[in-house]
Amino acid sequence: MILSKRNTLFRWGADRQLQPLLAALALATAAMLLLIVTFLLLEAWPVVANGRWRDFFTDESWYPLEGQFGLLPMLWGSIAIMVGAMILAAPLGLAAAIFASFYASGFVLRVYQMLMALLAGMPSVVLGLWGLMVLVPLLAAWQPPGASLLAAMLVLSLMILPTVALASASALASVPKPLMAGAAALGMCRKSQIMKVAIPVARHGIWSAMLLAVARALGETMVVLMVAGNVVQYPHGLFEPVRALTANIALEMGYAMEDHRAGLFASGLMLTSIVLLLAWLAGMTAKRELHHV
Amino acid sequence: MTNHFDTAYTVGGVSLAEPCCIPTPHLQVNDLSVSYGEHRVLEAVTLDIYKGCITALIGPSGCGKTSFLSAINRLTDLIPGAATEGSVQFEGENILGKSVDTLLLRRRIGMIFQKPNPFPLSIRRNLELPLREHGVRERKTLDAEIEGALRDAGLWDEVKDRLDGPALALSGGQQQRLCIARALVLKPEILLMDEPCSALDPISSGVVEDLIIRLRGRFTVVIVTHNLAQAKRVANYAAFFWMTERVGKLIEFDHCQRLFEAPNHNLTAAYISGAKG
Amino acid sequence: MSDRLFEAIIYFCTATVVGLLLWIIGDLAYQGLAHLSFDFLFSEPENAGRDGGIGPILVSTLMILGVTFLTALPVGVAVAVWLAEFTRRGSIAGNWVRLSLDVMAGVPSIVYGLFGNAFFCLYLGMGFSILSGGLTLALMILPVLIRTCEAGVSSVSDAWRHGAQALGMSRSSAIWHILLPAASPAIAAGLILGIGRASAETAALIFTSGYVDRMPESLMDSGRTLSVHIYDLSMNVTGGDATAHASALVLLALILILTMLAQSFSGRWLQGRLNV
Repeated sequence: MILSKRNTLFRWGADRQLQPLLAALALATAAMLLLIVTFLLLEAWPVVANGRWRDFFTDESWYPLEGQFGLLPMLWGSIAIMVGAMILAAPLGLAAAIFASFYASGFVLRVYQMLMALLAGMPSVVLGLWGLMVLVPLLAAWQPPGASLLAAMLVLSLMILPTVALASASALASVPKPLMAGAAALGMCRKSQIMKVAIPVARHGIWSAMLLAVARALGETMVVLMVAGNVVQYPHGLFEPVRALTANIALEMGYAMEDHRAGLFASGLMLTSIVLLLAWLAGMTAKRELHHV
Repeated sequence: MTNHFDTAYTVGGVSLAEPCCIPTPHLQVNDLSVSYGEHRVLEAVTLDIYKGCITALIGPSGCGKTSFLSAINRLTDLIPGAATEGSVQFEGENILGKSVDTLLLRRRIGMIFQKPNPFPLSIRRNLELPLREHGVRERKTLDAEIEGALRDAGLWDEVKDRLDGPALALSGGQQQRLCIARALVLKPEILLMDEPCSALDPISSGVVEDLIIRLRGRFTVVIVTHNLAQAKRVANYAAFFWMTERVGKLIEFDHCQRLFEAPNHNLTAAYISGAKG
Repeated sequence: MSDRLFEAIIYFCTATVVGLLLWIIGDLAYQGLAHLSFDFLFSEPENAGRDGGIGPILVSTLMILGVTFLTALPVGVAVAVWLAEFTRRGSIAGNWVRLSLDVMAGVPSIVYGLFGNAFFCLYLGMGFSILSGGLTLALMILPVLIRTCEAGVSSVSDAWRHGAQALGMSRSSAIWHILLPAASPAIAAGLILGIGRASAETAALIFTSGYVDRMPESLMDSGRTLSVHIYDLSMNVTGGDATAHASALVLLALILILTMLAQSFSGRWLQGRLNV
């Protein structure tokens, strides 16, 4: 009967306890998402319930102490900064990805990769510090006050550049080698090979990289907090200060009470929804590539 | 085997108990079927595996030989959707029964895989880990058991100076003998071998084959092989599997010599003469 | 546009990026090194941080990171093992867990700060403390840590899983003695990503672990991290430039050191157990 179970000689009981334990941990971790959403909703409830959420879009501006909860100026601020940063980071990042995928090799490539990893790992607060200490004074000498939409665009574009460059490079790397060899065999020059073959084939991956960068740009706090100037107003000039949604939360959470606090949570909820929507779109775009190539 | 191997490697340690082969069944396989999901890969196999003998399973690829081995030590449990029917009697108990402690079963019925799979640990730890797992704790016993198993596998003289070196640095043949040693260290009664030589070069293959022959008598060995000459050299019994309509079946089971020299079945005759498969 | 021109544009763009990066690093080093000294690392900040050092801030930073990794690493590895070893392909529970982790990975860090403030500080009553901040960061890095570790564990060769099973080893032993050491490079990679994100994080900490720059006496004390210190010096303290730059250098060095520690930890573990 040695094969029968209930053998107590060894410590195999551990196996039976392991799976439920791990499963419980996993489900608890996944449930944290629910908890996050629940808490955001609970905290935001006072200014969301009973149709009050409409005020976010109809109130003139953000004067929480006077009961004005208009988020639109800051939402536009966030979007303007993001669009500006993307206009700079998208071509530069794509160019860097093309450089890494088709032009660089050996030592140069290794140095480039190291620098890109360094930039990707650079804490945003350090980038913000550089922007505040170096870039803002430069801009201020030219067009005061310096801390402005333009400053935020420039520094933020540096921050999201590695996202664009690295994700686009991996999309370009997935272009089948025979396809490129075929293009070369047809006598296409390097530029046509890249622009007419590689990029069209990798386009979904590149779009997905851009969307990821957009999501990062909208979710970023420190850079925009430090160099954008933080004046609540619709963006109407590159040299005007603006305030982003994220920066607003960071600035006011310290002292916000009651409805004001609820308003900040509501803006956090709104920000999360936008960023998740973008991340979801990025995921869908990347998946399309899998089916089409 | 030629003398070449005897001088290059010391294969020894396993006592060749005479008579090497007692025709008492160690495993009684009765109507064993294996299926993966909807697909039946092996149907209604009935045969006895004799104690202390080497039984070779021969036949073309995909005819269910490996599934047969996996069923015997319940490795089929690990494959999603795999199901077994019938029974395999081992000392009065059905191996396929629900109440069987598979870990204990696998300790008593060891398995050697086609591709050597030593763990990415030191040579010593490869043998120590299963021993510890089965409750051996004292350093002295551990060391003695490890040396014994390595001697049995003919590997001791080659590795005694680098027991703490990485197992993956060994050659393919040495890795496979380490895997055999790792199985032997648990003192199993039955060893299942799934084409243990097919991933090795001819010389290593010869050494491993030599080792398998020396296991005869002390262990019951079931070996799957594509190499008919090898089956002829090592086995006491041979079972010929064939696939009809994508389902594997046992065609013939007999003494090895008789199966090769006077097969009962036309398919067997055709296969061993090289006309089919 | 000719081939040559295209190539020139590509090189120019890359050079611009690299040039900007070198400018940032150069500026940081130039401004920070002057103020950096042994004394700076260990003394108390004075005059709101304009003078003195960053001793208590360094301690708070390490304590917060300690809390973060002591919670995130075991939980992360456990969940990764569950996803890789105990869920079958297409398992509903597994897919839900993966989906919610991917969603969590996309949530902006400032929102983790909001949640940490509402949940850890207020609901659980931990207040502005190192514990609140550390747990908030742990939650923030868990998704990426888990998914990287999961990929590592599931890429371990099946031959070893089967070998362990065939020797009658329990799954727990196989996981602990064979699969996890074999997956340790991936675990280190996840850890490094987590270290990078956690030590750089500022926004989520401002209102979970707080601003206090005194030496923390327990996990329940508020503590200011290096990143928050840099933020505060540059934004709220006029004349804090020099110490801000020096702190930024220390932060970069800290990230580098922790990354190398994670690598050697994985290497050590690999060597001790694996001998590859």
